[in-house]
Amino acid sequence: MLKQVEGSAAVAEAVALCRPEVICAYPISPQTHIVEGLGRMVSAGKLAPCEFINVESEFAAMSVAIGASAAGARSYTATASQGLLFMAEAVYNAAGLGLPIVMTVANRAIGAPINIWNDHTDALSQRDCGWIQLFAEDNQEALDLHIQAFRLAEELSLPVMVCMDGFILTHAYERVDMPSQEQVDAYLPPYEPRQVLDPADPVSIGAMVGPEAFMEVRYLAHAKQRQALELIPAWADEFRNIFGRESGGLTHTYKLEDADIVVVALGSVLGTIKDTVDEMRDQGVKIGVLGITCFRPWPSAAVRDALSRAKRVVVLEKSLAVGMGGIVSNNVSASYAGSPDLVHTVIAGLGGRSITRKSLHKVFAEAVEGRLDTLTFLDLDHAMVERVLTREREQRRSGPIAESILREIGVVAAKIG
Amino acid sequence: MTYQPIRFYQTGTFTVGNRLLPDEQRSVQANMRRTNSLNSGHRACQGCGEALGARYAIDAAMEATHRQLVAANATGCLEVFSTPYPETSWQIPWIHSLFGNAAAVATGISAAMRVKGRHDVRVVAQGGDGGTTDIGFGCLSGMFERNDDVLYICYDNGGYMNTGVQRSSATPPGARTNTTMPIGDSTGARFGQGKDVPAIAMAHEIPYVATATVAELRDLEAKVRRAMEFRGARYIHILVPCPLGWGHPSADTIRIARLAKETGLFPVFEAENGAVKHVSKIKVKLPVEQYLQPQQRFAHLFKEPQRRDIIERIQQLADRNIRRYRLLDNVERRA
Amino acid sequence: MFQVRIHGRGGQGVVTAAELLSVAAFLEGRHAQAFPSFGSERTGAPVVAFCRIDDQPIRLREPIMAPDALIIQDPTLLHQVDVFGGLSPDGYILINTSRTFEELGLGDFVSGFDRKHLCTVPATELALKHIGRAVPNAALLAGFAAVSGRISLDSVNAAIREKFPAKVAEGNVAAANAAHAYVVAQLQEAARA
Repeated sequence: MLKQVEGSAAVAEAVALCRPEVICAYPISPQTHIVEGLGRMVSAGKLAPCEFINVESEFAAMSVAIGASAAGARSYTATASQGLLFMAEAVYNAAGLGLPIVMTVANRAIGAPINIWNDHTDALSQRDCGWIQLFAEDNQEALDLHIQAFRLAEELSLPVMVCMDGFILTHAYERVDMPSQEQVDAYLPPYEPRQVLDPADPVSIGAMVGPEAFMEVRYLAHAKQRQALELIPAWADEFRNIFGRESGGLTHTYKLEDADIVVVALGSVLGTIKDTVDEMRDQGVKIGVLGITCFRPWPSAAVRDALSRAKRVVVLEKSLAVGMGGIVSNNVSASYAGSPDLVHTVIAGLGGRSITRKSLHKVFAEAVEGRLDTLTFLDLDHAMVERVLTREREQRRSGPIAESILREIGVVAAKIG
Repeated sequence: MTYQPIRFYQTGTFTVGNRLLPDEQRSVQANMRRTNSLNSGHRACQGCGEALGARYAIDAAMEATHRQLVAANATGCLEVFSTPYPETSWQIPWIHSLFGNAAAVATGISAAMRVKGRHDVRVVAQGGDGGTTDIGFGCLSGMFERNDDVLYICYDNGGYMNTGVQRSSATPPGARTNTTMPIGDSTGARFGQGKDVPAIAMAHEIPYVATATVAELRDLEAKVRRAMEFRGARYIHILVPCPLGWGHPSADTIRIARLAKETGLFPVFEAENGAVKHVSKIKVKLPVEQYLQPQQRFAHLFKEPQRRDIIERIQQLADRNIRRYRLLDNVERRA
Repeated sequence: MFQVRIHGRGGQGVVTAAELLSVAAFLEGRHAQAFPSFGSERTGAPVVAFCRIDDQPIRLREPIMAPDALIIQDPTLLHQVDVFGGLSPDGYILINTSRTFEELGLGDFVSGFDRKHLCTVPATELALKHIGRAVPNAALLAGFAAVSGRISLDSVNAAIREKFPAKVAEGNVAAANAAHAYVVAQLQEAARA
């Protein structure tokens, strides 16, 4: 049924359709509307049987989900940014224990400095923990991916993180097609755990594994995620059959067939990129888009294939590996057969800075003309950062960068005249 | 309180000859049908108080719940020595997740059972003092505050023993650990405010709080059984000597635990909804030296020059407990 | 694509206004995207919300930099925030006030605009009268419907009824109807002048 709703509300409704049994959450911007929505549904009895637990921290949220999932209940939680880091130990634990927990990450920047707006650093900080990571391009895909996530998680016995851009998607009203309970039930059977805490058949879960077996355990975790690369597209196909639309899978390509330049990105910025690409195509530029939907496992074959004819690759990412450069571009480079000089990293939108068509036109044009640097920070105030760096070279000073910048743009200027 | 102290002495020990008791007064361990939830073959040290306490506590819990029990265990000695992969000595459904989240994992298991309609299945969370009073404190308080249907058992051996004897917030003042070495001016663990977790549990006004030691094992069993009569958050804090960390012979574990009680340093009591309901009285009050001297971790207090001042401060802690909990048998003081 | 930018202060229902407009467009079978610009949320702080309406699915995610219409819920913002940034001379301006554009000091600014695209409406007064609370958003949306013709009053009222519980909705609908009539009358008078 078509609806015009806030992204968070759409996700809450989709999660509810998946018949979760234990929902536990700790509030953090910008995920709050999702858990509030689910809480209201549970209180109104719309979700029975379901336990909604208000926990005292994100670490507790993931831990409660671990206990519930190990005991055979379909479990769900949601977080962002600082909360994801606070539960990081438990995030790794859930993956290592092979528990099919589904978690929404409403992507938000990580402090310091504290910042509540969107970027991908939070989810990507956990990219190696063993969770499957899916990124939604719009609110329709956000709600669809949650339904696919429960199925994936339970079939693979691996936890799944569904990432959606904080505020940009969570707080945007858009038209979505909300599935019916019958459709979801047809796609998602009841959870049948492989190993469960049950007095009728006792097991011990979580023993300490020593050097003699740890390598094998980790290899199998890696192999299992790689196996998912075949299964994820298959379940996206099944999704299409039942729900009637393309959603999920490993990647989405756009005007890629004859593209000389390929832009690679994750999440909602793909929409703005596609509008920009359309305008450039109207000017005769052969430019296309590769959207990464499944970031972990990394779809190396799909990416290699998509980039095989590209003469130049621009990775536009809302993330930064401090001291190194791009995170996504690092992954992309591993799957690009051409010269590393032809992969350009554009760091954009950190901390929620708007990514505009105007800026994209500029940077894509530079790529077309071969003038784009290997690493670019989109819309950076170069003059200001140069002033800060110059002053720091002259005067050694430690302390928070944000406060240090104020000496350039704020306080000192106020003192003069 | 269901436990009746039985005074029956065999030469040299305080054990009770169970075969001479009526069925209902026998300990669970004396029962041939006991479940051996923590089975033999685990790798605990000789004389480990925690292994002893866990065996008694969990078998009692199994009996009380008609064998419908699931356990969540924090990282620590109990978890490590009971599950040397690929072996396990647990015969019950058991999960170890992390160091600080046993209470939260137990909450999750409890919620799952409720959702599934399996109201007969009960949940116990276990952790050492480190995993309970320090790193697990937040999750513990959260579980108490929500009154989740979990029995949390803390095995208190006064330190991070599994990592090699380091200080925790449960380490008694004056004790030597590898992070509170009596070197230079230091006299072992410092006198802070202490962290009385049973009192904190009582401040949450949860249905049942109790303390116990491995010197009175039938009392421990009775408290676990009593705890299982309640629904909601429950807490049992058990003093379990660690021969290695405390520096006493492995044969003295039970005797040392008894001395902790009889000096007043470890009050043994039960509380319901925040109010003390029963206190295990001290028969003959012993000076704290009798507890401290047999343990190497306090040896530096007795080497010349003796630290009578520290011993006196420890005595004051014992005396405060005795006053606070009215531990002495035959003395009814008026304010 | 038609892009509307709504300016106001926290507590005036600016974000809700954008959402309601998107629901109204949806009810007319169109695609719509509504989202706020986030600053630190605080009652009284300047807030901006955006709404895009189109017959195709809307993929664009940037803030609206070149609006086709501006709705200004609080005239005290006029000389504090660059509310008019990016507005083309063809654009619509609807201001919540009982004063005229000239009285607001905007006479010179709007001299190049099509007068039929400019409108003021005392939405807060209408809200106080019909709803009992100083929330001007519903009235302003109806005024927008009247001046732009891009959305119907019926759709606006249907969106209000969908979003709010019955009693609150009826008050908002009454304010919307009154504002719509006010703007229609204002435009007719301007046409005669």
